[in-house]
Amino acid sequence: MSDWKTFCRVDDIPVLGSRRIARRGSTDVAIFRSGDNTIFALLDRCPHKGGPLSQGIVFGQSVACPLHNWTIGLDDGCAKAPDAGCTQRFSVKVVAGEVLLDTQELATLALGTTAVPATVARGAETAAAERPAV
Amino acid sequence: MKRMKLVMVGNGMAGVRTLEELLKIAPEMYDICVFSAEPHPNYNRILLSPVLAGEQTLDEIVLNPLAWYAEHGIKLHLGKKVVDVSRARRIVIAADGTEESYDRLLIATGSNPFIPPLPGRDLQGVIAFRDIADTNVMIETARTHKHAVVIGGGLLGLEAANGLITRGMDVTLVHIAPWLMDRQLDGVAGDLLRKSLELRGMKFRVETHTSELVGGPLGRVTAVKFKDGSEVRADLVVMAAGIRPNTELAEKIGLHCARGIVVNDTMQTVTDPRIYSVGECAAHRGIAYGLVAPLFEQGKVCATHLAEFGIGRYAGSTTSTKLKVTGIDLFSAGNFMGGPDCEEIVMSDPYGGVYKKLVIQQDKLVGACLYGDTVDGSFYFKLLRDGRKIGDMRDKLMFGESHLGDAGHQGQSKAAAMADSDEVCGCNGVTKGTICRAIKDKGLFTLEEVRKVTKASASCGSCTGLVEQLLMFTAGGDYSAAPKKKALCACTDASHQEVRDTIRETHLLTIDAVYRHLSWRTPNGCSACRPAVNYYLISTWPKEAKDDPQSHFINERSHANIQKDGTYSVVPRMWGGTTNSSELRRIADTIDKFKIPTVKVTGGQRIDLLGVKKEDLPAVWQSLGMPSGHAYGKTLRTVKTCVGSEWCRFGTQDSTKLGIDLERALWRMYAPHKVKLAVSGCPRNCAESGIKDVGIIGVDSGWEIYVAGNAGIKTEVAHFFVKLKTAAEVLEYAGAFLQLYREEGWYLERTVHYVARVGLDYCKTRVLDDAANRKALWERLQFSLDGEPDPWFEFDKAGVDARQFQPLGVI
Repeated sequence: MSDWKTFCRVDDIPVLGSRRIARRGSTDVAIFRSGDNTIFALLDRCPHKGGPLSQGIVFGQSVACPLHNWTIGLDDGCAKAPDAGCTQRFSVKVVAGEVLLDTQELATLALGTTAVPATVARGAETAAAERPAV
Repeated sequence: MKRMKLVMVGNGMAGVRTLEELLKIAPEMYDICVFSAEPHPNYNRILLSPVLAGEQTLDEIVLNPLAWYAEHGIKLHLGKKVVDVSRARRIVIAADGTEESYDRLLIATGSNPFIPPLPGRDLQGVIAFRDIADTNVMIETARTHKHAVVIGGGLLGLEAANGLITRGMDVTLVHIAPWLMDRQLDGVAGDLLRKSLELRGMKFRVETHTSELVGGPLGRVTAVKFKDGSEVRADLVVMAAGIRPNTELAEKIGLHCARGIVVNDTMQTVTDPRIYSVGECAAHRGIAYGLVAPLFEQGKVCATHLAEFGIGRYAGSTTSTKLKVTGIDLFSAGNFMGGPDCEEIVMSDPYGGVYKKLVIQQDKLVGACLYGDTVDGSFYFKLLRDGRKIGDMRDKLMFGESHLGDAGHQGQSKAAAMADSDEVCGCNGVTKGTICRAIKDKGLFTLEEVRKVTKASASCGSCTGLVEQLLMFTAGGDYSAAPKKKALCACTDASHQEVRDTIRETHLLTIDAVYRHLSWRTPNGCSACRPAVNYYLISTWPKEAKDDPQSHFINERSHANIQKDGTYSVVPRMWGGTTNSSELRRIADTIDKFKIPTVKVTGGQRIDLLGVKKEDLPAVWQSLGMPSGHAYGKTLRTVKTCVGSEWCRFGTQDSTKLGIDLERALWRMYAPHKVKLAVSGCPRNCAESGIKDVGIIGVDSGWEIYVAGNAGIKTEVAHFFVKLKTAAEVLEYAGAFLQLYREEGWYLERTVHYVARVGLDYCKTRVLDDAANRKALWERLQFSLDGEPDPWFEFDKAGVDARQFQPLGVI
């Protein structure tokens, strides 16, 4: 069951930038605005080494993690090849210029501060295991 | 939508790579069908030599197993040679009568061995060394026969001879030229190679012309006869006299051929727009390439056009040869033979097995030939390609790029001597084993691919030579080739220099305008190009172009350094490394008030507060009440000083005062990369001026200025630039040099790299010899910096988006 709540207006997020929603006891959620004013929400945690994606450079429909420059797709939360791994996505609605998120999701998905979201999949683990530390 | 049909003739490395690239970008577009004359799936032809030598098996060199074709729905006709194509009916016809129709045809027939027209060439036991069948014949013959003759002393011939010796045969190698590998090596290196191979039991007949292959009663070859009348016994003759583009089919069906199938920059044949060609059979701007890297580049370009993206042009490659022949490293590039108007620098140590020759023409490196130690090959190749003047580094040129200070891989220069667990790339912690596994498992062929997948050599690049060596002996053969110019990033074909020039010449003022003008492929660039373009705009048109905060890396947006846990560090400015009790008291109070966990004294003579939460940054700055130290930016960082004549009993000059004056004049200065200065008051040089972007050393009679030093990954001692009398002069000269770097440097290029690229002499011409230009540079720098805000206190003016410090909400 969804429970939509307005967090800000689209204009409160810089174009090609982001803001974040703090969650007590859990990792923040980052909200991004792309060049064409589409809004996305992801767990503020890179699947690589946990970097805060909200602090990255936004381009196209991607964000570059500020720690080691992995590129994460804003629409699916997944790293672009050859890197592999995904972060949790959150649903977003824009109604009359206002940005809404589902508080049910915020209260239930990817809780804790270190939990790897359940969506990390698609063969990501094996590839990640072989990868050297960056 | 009905799929189009793509038929590929040939099943080799370049062709299949093209299909792989195509499947990546347009997996649903074509029904694909492949004709392979050989009865094998795509394999790494370069690794036939290790197979012959018994170091690898045929299974190990398969690149795309049959399952790969099945997985991608590719129809594979194995062992079917295409004999005709009806271009009118768009049908491909194989020797056994199999027909396939096409919408697009890709001809990737590779090359054929050149068999000299000698009497007896059709005898049994006379073969080439080109494919799996040839290799198998050699392996079989070595079991039952003793005597082999290899005709041709190039790479292939030497590898065949070496493999046959390993398999127990008595081998004579016949070569027409006076020395081995005459296309890749000069006479000295060729003779070194011959002597080393003679020690292994290989026999040679150089400067020898073969006249006839003699056959026995059973139709098998028995001897090779030479023009001087002598002859050598032979049960097996391997022809390795070169290769020719295989254009048989193309010529038959009327495609224009001239030393290969002639294609344009999109790899489309000039004759028939439905037909493309890549690989060794294709002639692009008159060149048929034989190295893997350029061919893969062709494949990539061809795939984008087959996918109807209409982007990407192949503009040709500059190639060098880096080879390992029977365990000996060889490298050559350019005009390594030299000539009448060339100079040569030679180092020869025949006993140690090392020989290096550099050929210089009009103060530029035009050729290089290395034997035994090739780790600097890529460095020479880069100098050669860039065509940079080498006068200022001539005395050190022979010793390559490696320096005493090279960090991160324990000073190793021979990859083969390293253990699997040894670290090759110290920046990213990548071991030799990891790199070799990735090359093998993921089928990597180029340096770029290894960088992408393993991150090795992707940061500082000082291990590039080692990674290239690993590529060579893991994937085989030669992979050094580079595009003629390097694009800024994948969003564009334009280079850093072209972007800089365009911004200046066309007076562009916004990132969008640059992207439009240069037809960027992406709407708002990427994390590589946007910061670069933004910097070029504000450095070229100060006070006119507007800085774009979203095109800065996070550190320059939040004006603090992000740490691994997402907190930040704060470094307030301490002019010339000086401070006082009230600053220290405020720092101490701030540490307590915000519970800052770690406090560290930096190498730049100031204090770093680590572990500050982003929300607290503005309040921490207010509490400190000190200017931003810009420790987070591509900016002037610090001016390190010693105490100088004010206190020091050895001091000759007031270095602290000059350091403070310099820092006050230059702070808030954005640059292509970070900039560090130092001022020492006497030649004891306690401020370590010798490893700074601009280092100043006081002497009794004035100041010496050194430039382009670096203490980082490559420790590079700064070059002496000029000696000056007064502190005012120091400001002007140092400022002018830095402004030159600001206006001409490429983004993320430190002064050490900038000066290495343009040459110290050039900087001297612009700053020292031309007084008017020096004054103009210094004035432009002052104009740029005039009125620049302190981003910690003037958010609006500095374009700091204060919203970033607070979350939208807390739940």
